[in-house]
Amino acid sequence: MAKKTVPFQGTKEQEEKLLEMIRTQKNEKGALMPVMQQAQDIYGYLPIEVQKIISDEMQIPMEKIYGVATFYSQFALQPKGKYQISVCLGTACYVKGSGEIYEKLQETLKIKGGECTLDGKFSLEACRCVGACGLAPVMMINDEVYGRLTADEVQQILEKYE
Amino acid sequence: MENITIKINGMEVSAPAGSTILEAARIAGIDIPTLCFLKDINEIGACRICVVEVKGARSLVAACVYPINPGMEVFTNTPLVRESRKKTLELILSVHERKCTSCIRSDSCELQKLCKDLGVDDEAKYDGKKNVYELDESAAHMIRDNNKCILCRRCVGVCENVQGIGVIGANERGFQTHIGSSFEMGLGETSCVSCGQCIVACPVGAIYEKDYTKQVFDAIADPDKYVVVQTAPAVRAGLGEEFGLPVGSGVEGKMAAALRRLGFDKVFDTNFSADLTIMEEAHEFLDRVQNGGTLPLITSCSPGWIKYCEHYFPDMTDNLSSCKSPQQMFGATLKTYYAQKMGIDPAKIVSVSVMPCTAKKFEIGRDDQNASGYPDVDISLTTRELARMIKQAGLRFLDLPDEDFDDPLGEGTGAAVIFGATGGVMEAALRTAVETLTGEELKEVEFTDVRGTEGIKEATYHVADMDVKVAVASGLGNARELLNKVKSGEADYHFIEIMGCPGGCVNGGGQPHVPASFKNANDVRALRAKVLYDYDSANPIRKSHENPQIKKVYEEFFGEPGSHKAHEILHTSYVKREVNELPE
Repeated sequence: MAKKTVPFQGTKEQEEKLLEMIRTQKNEKGALMPVMQQAQDIYGYLPIEVQKIISDEMQIPMEKIYGVATFYSQFALQPKGKYQISVCLGTACYVKGSGEIYEKLQETLKIKGGECTLDGKFSLEACRCVGACGLAPVMMINDEVYGRLTADEVQQILEKYE
Repeated sequence: MENITIKINGMEVSAPAGSTILEAARIAGIDIPTLCFLKDINEIGACRICVVEVKGARSLVAACVYPINPGMEVFTNTPLVRESRKKTLELILSVHERKCTSCIRSDSCELQKLCKDLGVDDEAKYDGKKNVYELDESAAHMIRDNNKCILCRRCVGVCENVQGIGVIGANERGFQTHIGSSFEMGLGETSCVSCGQCIVACPVGAIYEKDYTKQVFDAIADPDKYVVVQTAPAVRAGLGEEFGLPVGSGVEGKMAAALRRLGFDKVFDTNFSADLTIMEEAHEFLDRVQNGGTLPLITSCSPGWIKYCEHYFPDMTDNLSSCKSPQQMFGATLKTYYAQKMGIDPAKIVSVSVMPCTAKKFEIGRDDQNASGYPDVDISLTTRELARMIKQAGLRFLDLPDEDFDDPLGEGTGAAVIFGATGGVMEAALRTAVETLTGEELKEVEFTDVRGTEGIKEATYHVADMDVKVAVASGLGNARELLNKVKSGEADYHFIEIMGCPGGCVNGGGQPHVPASFKNANDVRALRAKVLYDYDSANPIRKSHENPQIKKVYEEFFGEPGSHKAHEILHTSYVKREVNELPE
């Protein structure tokens, strides 16, 4: 079963840009990856609606596109939220318990890493070392850094964001 | 082709240039074990079971894809090779759900056989973390159990490269890699056509048909039910393999005997309704030719092809014959004509079919397939499911006598039995159409141009001052190629036969599993097709319109081909579908 994601909010202009881009490149050998990269530049991510257009226009099965999109970490299937949370899972943070924080966030927001809440508010991802090992374990929400965290504090921090 | 000489295990071998090490070794009498390799379908050298040592090579090479070159020295059975193969198997087993005793592939699993042959003695040697997957039961015809998947990609290869559909593939990467559909949709939500070619490609128990044998046993045990079975032409050309007979064995008589001993109230034959299909379809063809109907007319026997047409060529559904498939025509006739004739309430009839096909499980649930007000066919089994029933019932299949089908719906002609091979429906239709058009007896009933396992066949026949152009395609990749030629105007046929599976029904998704080691060296399609052509030439009646029971059913019930009543009962309608339909 396909998972529910943030409702697609692509515009007519974006679609025209996508179609034009595919039209000029689709007959080139090995065009799929560059097309996917440019599609992601247009939309910020590659939701099913965008992959469908690529599939229909390039006559490539949608599964093939999805397979490529999930193989390479450069492709995102979900948009970034209004507040982008990244949890450091680098060595120092991890030994200090950032794994638990990451777990707690997934549980609280009911999303997995790489996903965005249905209201588009929070997106969550793991990252490697933000250069603040002295503050381990570290989490960032947009540009705000939270250090020496415990899992119990997560809920309270999230509540600050409207 | 030029031959080149290499050395395998110190012995000289001469093999055609361009051969792989695997092929050259076979010439030398050595079977190199393989797992992911399926000739022409999946040649990716990924599983590393077929590794061999090549003198001068940096590492072990995959024999299935490595071409030979002059003077090459290959070693297929060194300690290093054997250790490597064994370790690969042990690693595969470390993430494989080893419920072998209850696995549907317990006696036909290629992984199991390799482990036995290559001396694996500890299946848990590298046990560690395992991914746990939910079963995908969303499709009408099959279940995917990724807990048993070994990621060989044979299913992916056949879906994409042969059928040209590509609704399954590898998602994610590394340890998370799994076979699935885009956005993790269930297979039933995609444009999968239910052909089942992935099932016969799978070496293990990760993909299998939805099993309805229990429902059939229960119906037979219910005294209030009148349980009738029909068997498709191709089943008799495959069933024997399940009981140890070589590929290419005909078992029509033993099959009829087995069905009777399983307790079916009547044992009938889809060959009867194949003849009925020819009556209706030949009439439809002549009607379209003479009255300016949509051409080319395209056959509608193969439900995998029908669903493919609806998804991928929705603008061509008017070209499809409105005839129901033989399976459905049989069920419709059973619950109307036969029920009335015998005074049986159609509500009490359980109509069971045995098919070489998994798309038939989808077809029985389609709209407009219930002429009597009840489903034309209630349960559709595969050849494999029938074999399971025979084994469960303890019937000594090979010792059974050869018996006949019951009357009246058990009578079929030579034209009907060849429906199971690609080109067979075309040939059968031509036998009847030509006689109808010319009004003269056909001297030569064999239309050999449309026989054989090539993917696309074409022929032109001069009949009654008209050049009738026909084409035959089997396998959906070939169907697409042919239809694109029709759409572009490059070809203008009058009549096209399309079968969803390569080679036609004999190679259907419901047929017995044949190990890759045999398939890679033999043409299973041709071996099974020969069985049907032999049945045809041995049949004293070789034209559908000469089937006495067909004449009778028109006299007593339908009137004539294409009559209003025939249309109500024997014809159906189609829908237009999308390829990438977005989920709700």
